[in-house]
Amino acid sequence: MNYNDTTHNEHHTGYGGYVLIWLILMGLTGATVAVSGIDLGDYILFTALLIASIKAYYVVTVFMHVKFDAPVFKIFILVALFVLLSVFILTSFDVFYR
Amino acid sequence: MNKPIAEAIEEPLSHNQEHTHEQHVHRDDTGSKMGMWLFLFTELLLFGGLFILYMAYRHQYNADFHSAAKALNMTLGTINTMILLLSSLTMALSIAAIQRAKKGLSVFFLIATLGLAAAFLVNKYFEWTAKFHHDIYPGSETLLDGSSGKYIFYGLYYTMTGLHCLHVIVGMIVLSFMLVFVLRGSVNSDKNVQLENSGLYWHLVDLIWIFLFPLFYLIH
Repeated sequence: MNYNDTTHNEHHTGYGGYVLIWLILMGLTGATVAVSGIDLGDYILFTALLIASIKAYYVVTVFMHVKFDAPVFKIFILVALFVLLSVFILTSFDVFYR
Repeated sequence: MNKPIAEAIEEPLSHNQEHTHEQHVHRDDTGSKMGMWLFLFTELLLFGGLFILYMAYRHQYNADFHSAAKALNMTLGTINTMILLLSSLTMALSIAAIQRAKKGLSVFFLIATLGLAAAFLVNKYFEWTAKFHHDIYPGSETLLDGSSGKYIFYGLYYTMTGLHCLHVIVGMIVLSFMLVFVLRGSVNSDKNVQLENSGLYWHLVDLIWIFLFPLFYLIH
């Protein structure tokens, strides 16, 4: 018996699936460049980061296979992101309201 | 899905050991991947710290950051973003190919990934050379005479994109090793966690660029 079966014989995403995600990522890149030309005032940074986060989501879930990995990986990543976000928020309170 | 770990622990007990010993060497792909992710989290903290620095200084020198960023070449930045996204695709396809036992296709996509990485570095070379010609580099007279916000912006620009470049180079070295392993057959349809982990690293390099790009090239 081969205990690696679970990680090796699962072909969740076909070649076409990856190409589709890539096309979405290219579209989002075009969108973020186009949006940067519009004066959105305070929302420029917000929009740019929002689009970047959507792109990051697709890369992590599909290209990095997290969508198909064990739940423990998702928990790992969420905890790491929570730590990073906490540090960002706490620092920003210090920086913005000093 | 803790199954592989649980089974790996139980296996020697439930099987005839003499028989299984020859069958396979102990291997834990899930554990291997977990280790890679832990390493990626340290990378996240490394770049996260620099992004915090960027956030704090952008808050302090907002106007200077905007005027300084105008000198950056948005077209070159966009092309590099597309190159890295395409290289992420070829990386994912290379792994998909080896898992389907298509060695030739996997090798082709790996070489494509390496080529795109090299193209990214060539672009970066031209971009930085142009900046040097305009006397914009850490310690240059133009920057020393300019506003401190501009100086800090370019300090962050060179540090963050430079560190990212270093990661691209390391990624290329790792992927070159993988190319040899795939060619030799030690990475194959059954055993390819090394290639998967290298892919994770490569995608991280892409992820960091996804955030660097709008923060440096798209502020006007």
